[in-house]
Amino acid sequence: MTVTLKNGVLDPQGKAIEGALGSLGFSGVGHVRQGKVFDIEVDGADKAKAEADLKAMCEKLLANTVIENYAISLD
Amino acid sequence: MKSAVVQLPGLNRDRDMIAALTKISGRAPITVWQTETEIPDVDLIVIPGGFSYGDYLRCGAIAARMPVMQAIKEKADQGVKVLGVCNGFQILVEAGMLPGALMRNSSLKFVCKEVKLEVVNAETDFTRAYEKGQVIRCPVAHHDGNYFVDSELLSSLEDNGQIVFRYAEGTNPNGSLSDIAGVMNRSGNVLGMMPHPENLIEAAHGGSDGRGIFASALDVVAATA
Repeated sequence: MTVTLKNGVLDPQGKAIEGALGSLGFSGVGHVRQGKVFDIEVDGADKAKAEADLKAMCEKLLANTVIENYAISLD
Repeated sequence: MKSAVVQLPGLNRDRDMIAALTKISGRAPITVWQTETEIPDVDLIVIPGGFSYGDYLRCGAIAARMPVMQAIKEKADQGVKVLGVCNGFQILVEAGMLPGALMRNSSLKFVCKEVKLEVVNAETDFTRAYEKGQVIRCPVAHHDGNYFVDSELLSSLEDNGQIVFRYAEGTNPNGSLSDIAGVMNRSGNVLGMMPHPENLIEAAHGGSDGRGIFASALDVVAATA
């Protein structure tokens, strides 16, 4: 699962990273947004159930949906 | 007036809070551990500051999902007053008991200093000891006090008088939207604030500007005036 700040929410850490990349001489760096990645192993072979469970985990704990979006990828 | 102080692993301002409540109300608060599912019969529940669960995931996120929070929500729904200071404020927003979110300070630095607060709404259970517009001193100590809400919610907070404190005189220490330092819920019985009024209640602290919040909430304004 990837959790990132919503558009329109100021990301001071992303801004600081953006500045640091510029000072290292990387040109052409646009907006930098910092986020979080969660690797979660789930039991069972039912992909639909796993996806539903992971969505519930994001909604209930892993993301603060006031300020953050989340994306789930299964493999 | 009876009060309770919630204790969770990693909170470290509970002792200051217990001392403040004891000194101002004349009786020691009951302490409530995080696993408790019933809160004793009290008039005010306080969630103090600190670093519950090491601020892992997001500040207050894990504490907000502990059993005691469900019990506090039920009490709040019945009208019991709830005050969250610093990490307590972060826990209340994570628990959905207050609107908005508290993000990393815009400076990216931990700030520990004194700020000025404007009492924006003096007609609340927590601020009736003050005058509207009064500016008081108050210490802050936090890394994630940058309050955020979307513009629609911000207007509704303003319209409903839910913004209780703003940082005043250019002292906003964290980039908080609209200088917001403290907000309450719609029904007015749950208040969250980043500053620490419990650390400015007596001469030994160098002032007593924070005393009025507890005096108001504990209904002892006249006694301590």
